[in-house]
Amino acid sequence: METLDVVEKVAFNLLRLAVIYLPDDVKRALQKAHAEETSETGKTQLKAILDNVEFAEKYGAPMCQDTGTIIFYVKAGAKAKDLDKVEKALIRATKRATVEIPIRPNAVNPFTQKNSGDNTGRLIPYVNWEIVPGTDTEITVLPKGGGSENVCVMSMLVPGEGIKGVKKFVVDAVLKAGAKPCPPNILGVGIGGGSDIAMKIAKKALLRPIEVPNLDPEIARLEEEILEAVNMTGIGPMGLGGKTTVLGVNIDYAYRHPASYPAAVAFNCWAARRATAKISADGTVEYLTHKVEVK
Amino acid sequence: MAVYKLKTPISEEETRKLKVNDVLYVSGTMVTARDQAHRRALEHFKQGKSLPINLEGLAVFHCGPIVKKKEDRWTIVAAGPTTSTRMDIFEDEFIKNFKARVIVGKGGMGKRTTEAMAKYGAVYGAFTGGAAILAAKAIKNVRTVEWLDLGMPEAMWILEVEEFGPLTVAIDSHGNNLFMEVQKKVEENKQRIYHKLGI
Repeated sequence: METLDVVEKVAFNLLRLAVIYLPDDVKRALQKAHAEETSETGKTQLKAILDNVEFAEKYGAPMCQDTGTIIFYVKAGAKAKDLDKVEKALIRATKRATVEIPIRPNAVNPFTQKNSGDNTGRLIPYVNWEIVPGTDTEITVLPKGGGSENVCVMSMLVPGEGIKGVKKFVVDAVLKAGAKPCPPNILGVGIGGGSDIAMKIAKKALLRPIEVPNLDPEIARLEEEILEAVNMTGIGPMGLGGKTTVLGVNIDYAYRHPASYPAAVAFNCWAARRATAKISADGTVEYLTHKVEVK
Repeated sequence: MAVYKLKTPISEEETRKLKVNDVLYVSGTMVTARDQAHRRALEHFKQGKSLPINLEGLAVFHCGPIVKKKEDRWTIVAAGPTTSTRMDIFEDEFIKNFKARVIVGKGGMGKRTTEAMAKYGAVYGAFTGGAAILAAKAIKNVRTVEWLDLGMPEAMWILEVEEFGPLTVAIDSHGNNLFMEVQKKVEENKQRIYHKLGI
């Protein structure tokens, strides 16, 4: 098979896996939250979420009607062939997925307000490229829901306040977001770099399973501390009150300019969809995030 | 917390029985309307034009569903609620003019809507955000679609539903707003959190 066809097929499968099957780490976190919830209304919400996740798997249908803006992350092996064709294949897969899964057409021209109808348009699906050694190409899809996207925030903090400033910024973001991003949420926190870089790494941090803490133990502790703090808000599932507002906090960082302290929070809803596959030089495909059988 | 099962058309009297935190299941006719449909409906009202369907006593669902057409028949694939706050700028007029009794969505609505619900007799039922298949299962039939020129998510889908829920009554017709109550408690917790984090 040609590269274009392999990539298209894999990207299509990734989109299907992502929108139907919630990753295991998120599912486990939701089950735990349900077991521990003390608010009756909060428990009702978590039960509805878990039932819904189960029905989505059973019927092979997208777990949420907002199948998001389609974002890809591609780790391209420097020695992989036909990398110039990958983007075209991802666009084709997106169009096909829109009709065949189906997923909701979510690409709108900001000037004419016209929906393209196929989830593609200028710069959409968006592809984040990274060049890595070797011949393998790893593709991840992050269908990103609009409700949680609408509360993402970036701020240029005061360098003198350091990490304290970050803690306040994240807590305030969760307080301000309230019920809007479909809690319980997952937070990607990006620190440093620059205004664009902070958000970029915040969003990319959403790809890390929430059961995997940051490799740096000090940052891992900060993740725990912030998680505990935001769960004291009482916002609860769907903002109707309860113990679980956030399921996990993933932090990443870049070095900063001496005068700047950028920080960003990327929210993901409970339907924290993602799927990854690796394509080897010989065309073999390995699906890394899902154990479900793929045709 | 009581559990209610209501059938459309829902009367003002039935609506007035519901209190925040009650659980509600709706059967009958439910119509989807998001930003664009709300805007157009109010424009039509202003111009004296009638809507494609009389909304009195019906449930209105803030939802942009995924719909599939198979041999001329529409079927709902997924249909969870969208964030209702965006409709806050329209909903008071919408309730006043069209007498819809149950507004279904997620994330809650503000003061204007709460006041309109108290005045004209309507409730807001919070449906679990993203629970699109749970919703789709309760939708038994797509009767028709209006204003499809607005696009699939923004069109007005006229649905027949059976025991659609669980809806948590989050705004009742007596001026109570569960989201605002939670927000108040959250505000009280804020200082405690700051203190714990040393900020």
